[in-house]
Amino acid sequence: MNNLSIIKIITRRELGVYMDSAVAYVFLIAYLLLAGILTFTLGGFFERNDASLGIFFNWMPWLLIFLVPAMGMRLWSEERRLGTIEFLLTLPITPVQAVVGKFIASWIFLMVAIALSFPMVITVNVLGSPDNGAILAGYVGCFLLAGTYLSIVCLTSALTKNQVIAFILSVLVCLLLNLIGFSPVTDLLARWLEPQSIEGIANFSVLSHFDGFQRGILDSRDLIYFVSVMVFSLYLNNIAVKNARAR
Amino acid sequence: MIKVENLFMSFSGKAVLHGISFDVGAGEVLGFLGPNGAGKSTTMRIITGFLEPDSGEVSICGHDMAQEPVRAKERIGYLAESAASYQDMKVKDFLSFAADIRALEGSSKAQAIERVIDLCHLEPVLSQSIENLSKGFRQRVGLAQALVHDPDVLILDEPTDGLDPNQKHEIRSLITSLGQSKAIIFSTHILEEVESVCTRAIVVSEGLIVANGTPRELKSRTPSGRLDDFFRAITRSEPHQENSTGANA
Repeated sequence: MNNLSIIKIITRRELGVYMDSAVAYVFLIAYLLLAGILTFTLGGFFERNDASLGIFFNWMPWLLIFLVPAMGMRLWSEERRLGTIEFLLTLPITPVQAVVGKFIASWIFLMVAIALSFPMVITVNVLGSPDNGAILAGYVGCFLLAGTYLSIVCLTSALTKNQVIAFILSVLVCLLLNLIGFSPVTDLLARWLEPQSIEGIANFSVLSHFDGFQRGILDSRDLIYFVSVMVFSLYLNNIAVKNARAR
Repeated sequence: MIKVENLFMSFSGKAVLHGISFDVGAGEVLGFLGPNGAGKSTTMRIITGFLEPDSGEVSICGHDMAQEPVRAKERIGYLAESAASYQDMKVKDFLSFAADIRALEGSSKAQAIERVIDLCHLEPVLSQSIENLSKGFRQRVGLAQALVHDPDVLILDEPTDGLDPNQKHEIRSLITSLGQSKAIIFSTHILEEVESVCTRAIVVSEGLIVANGTPRELKSRTPSGRLDDFFRAITRSEPHQENSTGANA
């Protein structure tokens, strides 16, 4: 069978796990509830008198830091803990196919979750005349952001049998990727580092690259950044899966 | 069909296999015996491509496991020691997944699934989640997925573990009938199983093959003529490797 057919079969199985799992529905509800609270209450959506989803997109890098690891921490650590990794990797498939199949299934689930916030889009369209092109760009940014976090979670999940450790590691790495581009942190760093160095570090931050999407700008450099982090993390994920077999 | 040559393996610096070699041909049922920790499961995991040995080669139906892992794995049906399968899946979905991965489609897929459901008597539990099954049924689900593509080579790590006497009898009969045409390796701690099912047995101790022969030959090496006496004698004393290559040594 060709690569795509195998990846499709693995993706379908993983999606089936989400659809049959109560945890997935708890995740969806938690995500939508928190996104709503952060946007409408803490974000002061109505007080701003601005028909845009800027507030919603502003919160996304921070909200997904916790939700994506919570959803994805089981991906490989559970396979390792239950021993099903032995079943999976003795099937006539390559570890890469398993890595990609699992990633795509979880990414699809995350994109569905994010897309279910569509009532917010309807709300701003009812209340005013938003720039729907910018909103669409924001959603594309959210999908890429979620995929980037997810690829990191896939990697950390393959490093341990313990889901809690996978969760904490993922949150820390994703948080770091945020903080190095977060202005209070970069302002602090400015006391010790040259502006060029700070700019260089901030270039590795998801925030720097998500910013353009938030403002409705689709820049190929941002796209390349997100795709590169995903590919690199999944490459390491593949190595971690191969090494995980030995223990 | 199965060719294992000079396998060496160590975990965290501790040597587990010290040069295991043997062949299994079509129509052979090889009993794989040894005390716990002797290296049986490690050898089986290397044969199935789950582990990579430090050195040595495994070839399945002419396909080298290191060079053509997918080709080699296509020919194998494997039931791992813990019969680990996806607990959250229903039995029928799990078998369907196994069939899909084995490139079975349409009517051939339906027939293959039907065949293993019959062989392993899974009809009553088809719509149940695997996590809700008894150990015996889980074992049979594991066996069913290993058989779904009618492989040439079967590797079964303690397939009768957790089964009641009737189920054990059924599985042994099944292995005997499958062994007419396939190459089968199965590990067990139950020595009567070896006598009733295997055409040949290998005893592994401390990572070495310490005996290789038909159950009758092995029994004849002790005064009592009992396989368990032979097993105890050979696995307690200092292991010595005998000539272990050749399918019908």
